[in-house]
Amino acid sequence: MSTSLKTPLLFAVVAAMIIATGQMQSWNTALQILNFGLISAIMALGVNLQWGFAGLFNVGIMGFVALGGLATVIVSMPPTTEAWSAGGLRILLGLAMGAATIVAGILLWARLPRGRMRGLVVAAVLVLGFALFRMVFDGGVSAVEAVNPASTGYLGGLGLPILLAWPLGGVLAAGAAWIIGKTALGLRSDYLAIATLGIAEIIIAVMKNEDWLARGVKNVIGLPRPLPYEVDLQQDPGFAATATSLGLDPVTASTLYVKLGYSALFTVVLVVLLVLAQRALHSPWGRMMRAIRDNEVAAEAMGKDVTRRHLQIFILGSAVCGIAGAMMTTLDSQLTPGAYQPLRFTFLIWVMVIVGGSGNNLGSVLGGFLIWFLWVQVEPVGLWALELLTSGMAEDNALRMHLIDSAAHMRLLTMGVVLLLVLRFSPKGLLPEK
Amino acid sequence: MEFLNAFVALSNFVLIPAIAYGSQLALGALGVTLIYGILRFSNFAHGDTMAFGTMATVLITWWFQSMGVSFGPLPTALLALPFGIAVCAAFVLLTDRGIYRFYRRVKAKPIILVMASLGVMFIMNGLVRFIIGPDDQRFADGARFIVTAGEFKKMTGLSEGLALKSTQAITLVTAIVVVAALFWFLNKTRTGKSMRAYSDNEDLALLSGINPERVVMVTWLIVAGLATIAGVLYGLDKSFKPFTYFQLLLPIFASAIVGGLGNPLGAIAGGFVIAFSEVMVTYAWKKVAGYLLPEAWAPDGLVQLMSTDYKFAVSFAILLIVLLFKPTGLFKGKSV
Repeated sequence: MSTSLKTPLLFAVVAAMIIATGQMQSWNTALQILNFGLISAIMALGVNLQWGFAGLFNVGIMGFVALGGLATVIVSMPPTTEAWSAGGLRILLGLAMGAATIVAGILLWARLPRGRMRGLVVAAVLVLGFALFRMVFDGGVSAVEAVNPASTGYLGGLGLPILLAWPLGGVLAAGAAWIIGKTALGLRSDYLAIATLGIAEIIIAVMKNEDWLARGVKNVIGLPRPLPYEVDLQQDPGFAATATSLGLDPVTASTLYVKLGYSALFTVVLVVLLVLAQRALHSPWGRMMRAIRDNEVAAEAMGKDVTRRHLQIFILGSAVCGIAGAMMTTLDSQLTPGAYQPLRFTFLIWVMVIVGGSGNNLGSVLGGFLIWFLWVQVEPVGLWALELLTSGMAEDNALRMHLIDSAAHMRLLTMGVVLLLVLRFSPKGLLPEK
Repeated sequence: MEFLNAFVALSNFVLIPAIAYGSQLALGALGVTLIYGILRFSNFAHGDTMAFGTMATVLITWWFQSMGVSFGPLPTALLALPFGIAVCAAFVLLTDRGIYRFYRRVKAKPIILVMASLGVMFIMNGLVRFIIGPDDQRFADGARFIVTAGEFKKMTGLSEGLALKSTQAITLVTAIVVVAALFWFLNKTRTGKSMRAYSDNEDLALLSGINPERVVMVTWLIVAGLATIAGVLYGLDKSFKPFTYFQLLLPIFASAIVGGLGNPLGAIAGGFVIAFSEVMVTYAWKKVAGYLLPEAWAPDGLVQLMSTDYKFAVSFAILLIVLLFKPTGLFKGKSV
């Protein structure tokens, strides 16, 4: 089958699966799958930029996604004025001093002549800087965290509309990517993988422990929404009348309305990013990227600065993941750092990219939808299969109860099998790169 | 006296735990480094291989315990360990036959093998959670301590106690035995030599008639053994939780890379470097400083450089520093 026909056909299959979910389970579930599918598709698009275009193996997607989530808190929550006056400036001063120490260390290392003196001076500056940083920073942190710890205890945000968090999430992720890229991109591919894996864990550790930033594991709940609340809609007589005229009861109609609103917002972002990615892929820049991916030595011989180009695309791809992360936290309307798990936020996205077809933007989008659908639906299907399998056993049979309890873990198993099957029998994915 | 007290406190909270943790990391890193040396890819499923082997051992331990079999003062898990290794080895060989062998045949790029290992990681992770559940499991039995803090104080008359958990001693002894056996195998036996030859130069090894499939099979067997032992020792020392084992991947990789990927000696050194830095950076030095410094200088705070939640950050920072200054690791590693 020609690829031009295959692409719309496969997308139609996924659409049919989501519609079938709506018909058979509920439209709320179907729209939920659609919304998370849209977000997953954007993440997959970001990873495809790095892997499909440039062959960079990034396993720290979770970290960039989490930074996007952090951006929503920073942008949208009201500022805690009390905390700011208690120690906000002190924290900022401490952070600035910490950053200055690192910059001073790097500059000294670069400027001073080689020798033992250089090592000693740099070490002394770093140690002294760290001690000063802790002295200033710790006081600020304890002052801020003491401010009404049950409900705030953090600096709060800027109180701006939450939609602004989406680009800011991208910027935060891009900043983190710049730091990682600067240190790790010159190294071999596996080292980049380990470096990104590590940085993602560290970002999550910071978000879990720095309560002054976003309340850590105490979570920030009740983020503002870009769309009206269901309760308000239900009380709006105009909305209720429209719903009834459509033959829906107002409660269901309001949840569907909000979810559809999110779908519309997400679709706009996805389409914009997809168009940009497609344009990039078919531009001279995109061809250069793929040429670098296929033969770094030749590209270097042609005068291309491979490390710089890699840094560029690494930042771009990470920024896309950050945007998706901010969108996801907006949809959840809460930030729960404990919920970020590498299997779900890093490796699942990889399965999407590989199954969809690395190097093909539409393929990644398809993979995002398809794998997300499987991820959600494997659990009920697995439960049903296990119940069928064990239906001959007694109700209180230990094995039967254990199997049914464990049905939730079927999804990991299924994802592994799907990934291995695609890698083995269709290594280019469902929609191969042309 | 003050100095002795400081040293005892340091041993109790830093040296002994770091040595035990370092041995566990070293065993894990040896597995990663062997796979990298022979099969030439970074095995992301290693943490879950450890979890799988440990799970098998835990289940067999429970079975032994239910039958009343015990190992005296030693944990029953040591009796179950050989069976756990066998189960793990069987599974790992199965994954090699079913998955990795194909990519070796078609001479796939190393990164494809890494992807395949991601798939294996998912499957193993899912299987472990499916069989034993995602929760904490304790399976240690036998004597808990060789010396408790109280006994030590009475014995020496010092005001600081030194507790030596039996699991820590077992970890160290087992690690020394295993590492000695491994090095003897790699350096003295014919199979071990052929493994090293294959790792150094694949083409020359093939020319001299070494059977690559056999080398690969032996490697997987050794790796399964190392992973299971490392996992069981870690589980005895702390506790068994599938997610923790998955997370061990980072310090283990850091150890292997810091030491130089593909270099067994480096993996051991790397394991201890990472373990010691993690423990020392996250330890609150107040007590030790209080003994050593004059009273007027005694610190007010905990003198903890970083909170314990940042231990990953430590292994990561060490990794970056070593990579920036010695890109192939402390001992010369290889690169594909």
